[in-house]
Amino acid sequence: MEGNLNAITTVFTEFYYWATIPLMFFIHIGFCMYEVGASRRRNHMHTLMKNTMLIPLVTITFFFFGWWLYWAMPNGPWITGGLLLGDAAPNTPWSETMGPNTGDRITGVFWAAFLLFSWTAASIVSGSVIERINSGAFWILAVVIGSVAWIIDAAWGWHYGGWMVQLLGYHDAYASGVIHAIAGGFALGVLVVLGPRLGKFAKDGTPRDINPHNPWLVCLGLFFIYAGFWGFYVACNVPLIGPEGIDGQIKGDTWTATTIYLTPTTLGAITVNFLMSLSGGLLVGYLASKGNAFWTYSGGLAGIITASAGNDLYHPIQAMIIAGFGTWCAYKLHYWVERKFKIDDAVGAVAVHGYAGFIGLVICGFVLWGHPSSPYEGYATINPLGQFAGAIIMFVVLGFIPGWIVAKILAAAGLLRIPKKVELLGLDFATNREEQAAADDVRATEKTATA
Amino acid sequence: MSTTGIESWAVDLKDVGAIYPFQGAEVIFVIVGVVLWLGWHVLQMRAENQDYEDQISQFGDDSTIAEALDGD
Repeated sequence: MEGNLNAITTVFTEFYYWATIPLMFFIHIGFCMYEVGASRRRNHMHTLMKNTMLIPLVTITFFFFGWWLYWAMPNGPWITGGLLLGDAAPNTPWSETMGPNTGDRITGVFWAAFLLFSWTAASIVSGSVIERINSGAFWILAVVIGSVAWIIDAAWGWHYGGWMVQLLGYHDAYASGVIHAIAGGFALGVLVVLGPRLGKFAKDGTPRDINPHNPWLVCLGLFFIYAGFWGFYVACNVPLIGPEGIDGQIKGDTWTATTIYLTPTTLGAITVNFLMSLSGGLLVGYLASKGNAFWTYSGGLAGIITASAGNDLYHPIQAMIIAGFGTWCAYKLHYWVERKFKIDDAVGAVAVHGYAGFIGLVICGFVLWGHPSSPYEGYATINPLGQFAGAIIMFVVLGFIPGWIVAKILAAAGLLRIPKKVELLGLDFATNREEQAAADDVRATEKTATA
Repeated sequence: MSTTGIESWAVDLKDVGAIYPFQGAEVIFVIVGVVLWLGWHVLQMRAENQDYEDQISQFGDDSTIAEALDGD
């Protein structure tokens, strides 16, 4: 590091990204809480472990190849250029910059911030498939979405040089599409193959409610996700950079925070818009669901997700209205798809993340029409067609299709779904029996001792 | 033509102020926001009162109330 100002800027940036990581940990705590709360008592521990074990699996695979994909694939490859092997070289698992290195303080924390997004993508899928998926199959799917599919979409549409940004003017500042639409689409692809839980639909196709066993835990889990979302938002920004660091067209010497695309924004903007979009989602979620706690909390999340694509630029009232509209659509679409296609999305993840994310991308194209997608010359500006194409790429091309294909392969190998008798007994049945027998034994001994 | 007024980032940031879309329409945004807020209260109160009326018509007989009191 040359000079004190550069040193302070680098260490500040290092600390900034580091601070986002423990905050984003709350997202995963929240997902675990709400999945366990939504599952029935006979499936608790398996549900918890299914989600928990994606942490190490996505982490190590993201270290082995996920991070390399992000830096190698912004051009497609072969859409706007080839593989960027030079950019990717410092991000290979054998690179010196991936270990403790006083010459590079940023790669590690940047890798970790992206990794926490990977966990989120996999965790979104996890909730929708509870109580009937084989854990081993889910963990393979988690690696596919967490360390392959989403990070390719990030290279394409969430990188300052991504081909979608260059050609489509794709804009998705806080990941409506690159995390939420893709994860929702992926979950839907898996659900189509996996099928509903036993008893979810009556013989005439009418859906039955399988209510959360613990609504409190579900709602607190969603509250934790809100808390973690602060880290998610902040991690999407570059905290401090000068025009010479951007190396684009920006003139003068005023430093700024930017989005991942290096377009200027402020922390103030995203803080206000986060709160206004949360509020829009909560207000509409409450009305649409007639005060149902789960859907009100989910509405808050859907609101943030809908507005996220443009929350670097929206006026706060725009953010609130966009959030409310997306939440209403997501809620209605969830039940329509459930009835029409017999899709059993146990926690509404496809709606809250997938549909809301998709809708948010499309709205962003209209509201931010003509705004430069990049500080670099020659990039397409933000536009409705580019955003719609981007939404299709996220939800369908990199979400639904990979999820469906991998689920089909797992199903063909007989690995996707747990045996019917185990589903009826409950995933924790044998363990619960053993624990009950042990508890009875201890109790009997205690009674003997006091006799 | 850009909804934010920013056509290009080939500018000096010290000369840039607001960057949100449809600048100049802030008062309209606020009016729309306030109407939606007040509308929310109206819809919410109607729904809540309807819910109570439904509950009373379904469960408001003396025996059900007595049963509920016993179970509390």
